[in-house]
This record gives sequence, C-alpha cells and structure tokens, in this order.
Amino acid sequence: MTTMTDPPRESFRLSMLLYDSRYRSMTIQIIVLMGFMLGAAWLINNAVQNLAEAGKTFSFRFMSEPSGYDINQRLIDYSSRSTHARAAVVGILNTLLVALMGCIAATVLGVILGILRLSKNWMVSRLAAVYVEAMRNVPVLLWIVLTMAIMVEFMPTPREFRGEEPEARMYLFDSVAITNRGVYIPDPKFANGLGDIPVAISLRPEGCESYLEGGELADSCGLFQISLDLWLIIAVLLAGIFTAKLNVKRANRIQAATGERPNTLWVNLAVIILPTLAVLWYLGFYLEKPVFDRYNFKGGIYMRNSLIALWLALLLYTAAFIAEIVRAGILAIPKGQSEAAAALGLRQGKIMRLVILPQAWRVIFPPLISQFLNLTKNSSLAIGVGYMDVTGTLGGITLNQTGREMETVLLLMLVYLVISLSISSVMNAYNKRNALKER
Amino acid sequence: MSDKVTAYVRTEMLEEKAPPSLNTGPLGWIKENLFPNWFSSILTLVSLWIIYKMLAAFIPWAFGGVWNASSLNECREILQGVDAACWAVIHERFWQLMYGFYPDHLYWRPNLALILLIVALIPVLFDGAPRKLLWISVATPFVGPWLLWGGTIWTPVAAALGFVVGIAVYRLVASALSNLAGLVLGPLAAVIWWILLAGRFSDLVSSILPLGIEPVESRKFGGFMLAITLGITGIAASFPLGIILALGRQSNLIIVKTLSVGFIEFIRGVPLITLLFVAQVMLAYFLPKGTDFDIILRVMIMITLFAAAYMAEVIRGGLAALPKGQYEAADALGLNYWQAQRLIIMPQALKIAIPGIVSTFIGLFKDTTLVSIIGLADPIGWVKYIQADAAWNGIVWELYGFVALVFFIICFSMSRYSMYLERKLETGHK
Repeated sequence: MTTMTDPPRESFRLSMLLYDSRYRSMTIQIIVLMGFMLGAAWLINNAVQNLAEAGKTFSFRFMSEPSGYDINQRLIDYSSRSTHARAAVVGILNTLLVALMGCIAATVLGVILGILRLSKNWMVSRLAAVYVEAMRNVPVLLWIVLTMAIMVEFMPTPREFRGEEPEARMYLFDSVAITNRGVYIPDPKFANGLGDIPVAISLRPEGCESYLEGGELADSCGLFQISLDLWLIIAVLLAGIFTAKLNVKRANRIQAATGERPNTLWVNLAVIILPTLAVLWYLGFYLEKPVFDRYNFKGGIYMRNSLIALWLALLLYTAAFIAEIVRAGILAIPKGQSEAAAALGLRQGKIMRLVILPQAWRVIFPPLISQFLNLTKNSSLAIGVGYMDVTGTLGGITLNQTGREMETVLLLMLVYLVISLSISSVMNAYNKRNALKER
Repeated sequence: MSDKVTAYVRTEMLEEKAPPSLNTGPLGWIKENLFPNWFSSILTLVSLWIIYKMLAAFIPWAFGGVWNASSLNECREILQGVDAACWAVIHERFWQLMYGFYPDHLYWRPNLALILLIVALIPVLFDGAPRKLLWISVATPFVGPWLLWGGTIWTPVAAALGFVVGIAVYRLVASALSNLAGLVLGPLAAVIWWILLAGRFSDLVSSILPLGIEPVESRKFGGFMLAITLGITGIAASFPLGIILALGRQSNLIIVKTLSVGFIEFIRGVPLITLLFVAQVMLAYFLPKGTDFDIILRVMIMITLFAAAYMAEVIRGGLAALPKGQYEAADALGLNYWQAQRLIIMPQALKIAIPGIVSTFIGLFKDTTLVSIIGLADPIGWVKYIQADAAWNGIVWELYGFVALVFFIICFSMSRYSMYLERKLETGHK
C-alpha cells in the first residue's frame, strides 16, 4: 500500500528564484521590466540633456503659430497665414483622400485581376499573372516616381489645348483634361444650393467679424465647413437604401409564406434613385466643366499631377496584392462546396454568389484590410513626388521651418498610429461579428 | 419450318477511332484553353491585341536603341526622330547606378564581399553543399563589412574576438562555478569587451602591426550596392529578432508579452518613412552627446526593427497554425521550453511560415528604396541625380526600366526560391 504525501515544505531559498519554475517566470519578468525601464530612462535622460544643450524645449506651442507656407492641393481652406496645426489637418485630409481613392480603385481592379487570374482561359490568366508579378516585385516608390515622371514628361502642357485646332484633346465630351500639371475633371455644383455651415467658428475674429454680425461667410471663418447639399443627398440616399432593405425583408416574408418571390430589383432601384434624382433636381445640380481660358484651365476640380501619380501608382501596386488575396480566398474553398451546390441544382452564377463568395469573403477580408492599411502607410511616399500629405506638411515643411524634429516626428507617428489602429479595430470588430460560430 | 433467323451479333470489337483532330494535340489545347465559348474567345482576342500592342511598341523601341552617346540630345540626333530608347545613359552611368561614388579602383571589394556572401549562403540554403563552407558563413559577417568599409583588419578581428572572449569566460566560469554563472558572466564579458576594450585593442594592435585596406566613407556608398547592403543586413538581423518577438508575443509572461505586443503594433502602425525620419533627425537626441554614428548604420537599425515586427507577425502565424498536440507532445517528452522550441516547435512553425517570411524579405528589400527620400544615394536616388544632369534631363523609361528590371530579377528569384524550399520541406502532412 502506497501513501501519498505532500513533498516536504521547503523553506524559500534565493536560488529558487532561478530554479523553481514557480518563481522563475517572475524573476525573468522583473529583470526584463527593469532592463526596459533602465533603457527607456537612459534614452529619455539623453534626450532631455541634449534638448537642454541645444537650447530647445519640448512643447507643441509652435503648432498654433502661422505656418508661412502654401499648400497647393487642399480640401479645406488654408493660406500661408493659417497655423501649423491647420497645415497638419490639411495634410491628414490629403492622406485620407488619396488612401480612400486608392483603396476603392485598388479593390475594384484587384478583384477583376484576381478573377482573371483564376480564369480557365490560359492566355488571360497568364497575362494577369505577368501583371501581378511585375507589380509585386518592383518597389512601390519606383512606381510612384515613374508615374510622376510620365505625367510630367509625356502629358500635354495646358498650352497645347489652346486655339481652334488644339494639339491635345480633352476626353469624355470635353469634360476631362489631362495635362502635365494635373487633371481637370468636372465639378459638381448646385444652382440653388443650401450653402455651407462653418464648424467651430474661430473666436479670434480674423475675417469672421462680418459673419458673426450676420454678414457673408468668410473663407478663414470656422475650422472647416460642412456642405449642407452633400449631407442632404447622403441622407436621402441612406433613406432610400433603408427602404430598399425593408422591401427585401418583405419579399423574404412573402417568399417564406407563399413560395413566390415578388420582384424586388425594380422597386429597390426606384426607391433609391428617384428621390435622389429629385433632390439633385431641386438643388439645381449641374457639372461645371473645365474650360481653357487663355493660359490655363478655369473651373472644374483640379487634381495636381502629384495626387494623380500617387493615386495611380498606389492603386496599380496594391491591386496586384489584392488580386493574389482574392485568388487565394476563392481557391481556399474546398471543391466539395461547389460540387454540393451543383448537386442541389444551383446554376454557375448562383453557386458563386450563394456558396463560394460568402465563404471566400471570410478568408479574403482580413488580408484585404491589411492591404488597405499598407496602402495608407505607403501613401506617405507622397513626399517623393511632392504631394502634400501629412508627411509632406507636418513631417516635411513644418519640421524644416520650425526645427522641432522631436515634436513633429512624434506627432506624425501618432497620426499614422491612430489611423492604423482605428482601421484595424474596426476590422477586428467586424471579424468577431462574422466569425464562424463553432460548437 | 421456320425461317432461319440470322441475328447479327458482332464478334469482334470495332477499332477505336482517333478523336476528332480539333480535340487533340495543339489544336485541341487551343480550343479548350483559348476558345471554349464566345466570351472566353473575346477575352483571348483582347489579350492577344494587348500583347501585340505592347510588343509592337516595346521591341522596336528597345532594340532600336542607341548605346553610344553622351547626352539625350545626341541620342535624339542619332535617332533622327525615330522613337527608340537611349540606352547610352545606362552605358555611361552603369557603374554609378551599381556602386554610387564608391572609388572605382576598389570595386573588387564589394564584388568580393558579394561572392563571399553567396558562397556563405550556399551551405545555409542548399543541402548538398560541403559542410566546410560553413566556416565561410561564420567569417562573412566580419569580413564582409570590413571589405565594404575598409580600414584596419583589426576591427573585425576585435569584433570576432568578442565572441571568443564570451565563450571562453562561459567555459571557464561554468566549470569553476556553475552553468548559470557562466550564462550570465559569459555574455557580460563579451559586451564589456565590445564596449570598452575592443576599440583599444584594435588601435593598439594596428599601431604595432598596421594591416589594413583603404577606408571608404559611408556617404560614398550608393546604387544597388547600397540597396543590397541594407537589404542583406536587414534580412540577416530581422529574422532572429522576429523570432524572439514572436516568442515574446506568444509567451505567458505578461510583461514580456505586453512589451512585445506594444513594440510590434507600434512599428506596424507607422510607415517606414517616419522611422527613417527618426533615424535621420531624432536618433541623435536619444544618444549620449557626441555619439555620431553613421547614417547608413542608423538606417540599417531602423529597417531591421521595421522588418522584425512584420517578421514576428508572420512567425506568430506559423506558431498559431501548429496543432496544439505538438506543444503537448513536446511537454510530454519532458523537454523544457527552449528545447521544445528548438527541436519541435520552431522547425515546423518556420516551415509553415516560409511564404510569409520570404515575402517579408522581399518587402524589406523593396523598402530599402525609401532611403532615397532621406537623401541616401540608392538606385532611385541615382536616377534622380542623373535626371537632374543637364545632359540627361528628360530621360524616363530607360533609367526606371533598368532599375525596375534589376529589382524584379532579385525579388522574383527570391520568391521562386521560397517555392523551391516549400516543395523541398513538404512532408505530406500538415
């Protein structure tokens, strides 16, 4: 007969900190923490000493001083009298603009390429593969500067659009002009628009006096302005989509009850499009085309060549990666799934839409978002072609003019961190909601 | 009496007919793969048209090019209005694109370093190589930088001696006191050697026995030599760092885990260019006054840290994909943490992670081009210098095409190698 006894209680010895697995992890962690804190303290101490010796202080007060430089591509009002902080905001908005445009276009192109890559047609799939490999194996910075160089060197100058028999032509019924300085596209305008409302009206009455007294709105008044027209259109669109969803629900209910599905497509289209058209008509919507006027184009939206080059290069580069993600996602679905769907009697298109894509989407989504993040981060290469994104304003001119390397670079990192972390947290939430419920 | 019914019964098989000629051979292949239905046929025709258009533009342009001229204008005079390439720019500036301002009588040094590196990589990359080549692999990290930067031979010797000192102290202390004391004192001795004694040692010995080669400053590095130097050091250093970070992230030591996660998420959240700004303008503030170390070295550190964070995530993916049974089996065998990692976990996790690891390497090599933004003369920096030259102002396709081609060749062969490695390590079970 055996008896189980507890091992004799050892009294604590110092060597147990290392040899007893109960304490060892504690020891290691405390050593690591101390090492980390010592290292951090050393770095910060050095920084404090060096800053003191250079006669600099660590403060962000310079952000509220006038910047003194101009930004040629901007979404909100800005002049060289505006503050560095506002220059940074202009930069952030420019970053978001090119990132958003790039993500949308890259997704469309990437999905098309990914499907072409899977095509049974040998030549098409080879061609897509060549494109993907060529794009992926060359640095994105090279694509960006190359696109910029092509824009500058090979596109017609605005002068060539002059006269009755111009050397260069505009595209799409004379509404789009591609020049070596940038691209002019039609500007959506409203004849009886509702106007803008300024947000966060500045209390310093610099150009704001008349508005505060009930006069016209000045440019420098308010941090930024919200277009009421845009919001109205968005609201009507959203209401239309909501109604369409209700309609689909109703159709589902009828189908479940009677087996017959009422046609939803036309009703939905009508519900979404007709009210929007009505609002556009009410607001007096029209497109203002760019027109050549003696030396340059007037009117329309002017997108500088740096924006176009950056956008094109980023979208072409990222599309190659997205194509591979889409291809891998579709290939990841076992063949049995499509065979089972075929056995149920579904047709090819329905198999794709109802069986393959919903499953592939789970595989595709996380890497797709990380490509979006990469695109956003790669947009910081704008500085290579002189597009004024946040790296160009805050990390470029503001840094050089104020000489505050520490503050500007830290702020710059913070901006990108916030953008990245917010995108990835949205993704994680979405992933969690749509995760397979396993039992 | 009945009529004799003669039933027809075939007694021998008919000979097989050859399939219709449209379904076999090249014709059949074309029909099946290029023209199976009308939609696919249209796609094929469109593809053919695209290929034709590109080749028709490219071939006369590339092969009708001018190789000998001293400026773009001279090229244009020779071509007389024909639209063709001016390869003369590559011909004239080839060595600068390759080596930057590296002194041209010393080109043999980076070349030798590269050959040494390739020889050193052979036993690491391929099985069949003789094991003795491993000695070259051990020597390369010391000899390679010495060949590139030059100076006295005693600097790399002193650096290598650090390891010797460390191992010697470990052996001595381990046999005299305990294994643990050796593990602490050995690395400590090596670090003390590197920080305090190595510099004096190499100064002393080189004053007695001045052996060395012509030193070359960092700012003379440029072109593909710079890109490859940055890329290879980054790859070599980020891999072990990435493994450590991945293990840290998977660890159940809460502080280690938090630090690893914080580092990885921070680095992955910011673009590389901001880290290069840190290297360029901020790092000097964080180091003691008077430390002035090389911009290339600073950039190397930043690129390494950047790649290590991505590497850590890739390896973590490999670790997570490994079935839990493998960890439990290792525990059941009584292996401790490091033994289990070394013998069971890492070999399998790294194998799973190969595609991701190699694509991180490729990304790192491509990202070395970003140093042109902070003013280093990598290939893209050189393209800009050449374009700024009055003689070549306005040249686009030739220069970018050449640089893109070299990058493509290097990166594409890396990705092919990773496919070879995957096939080689394939064991059939997952």
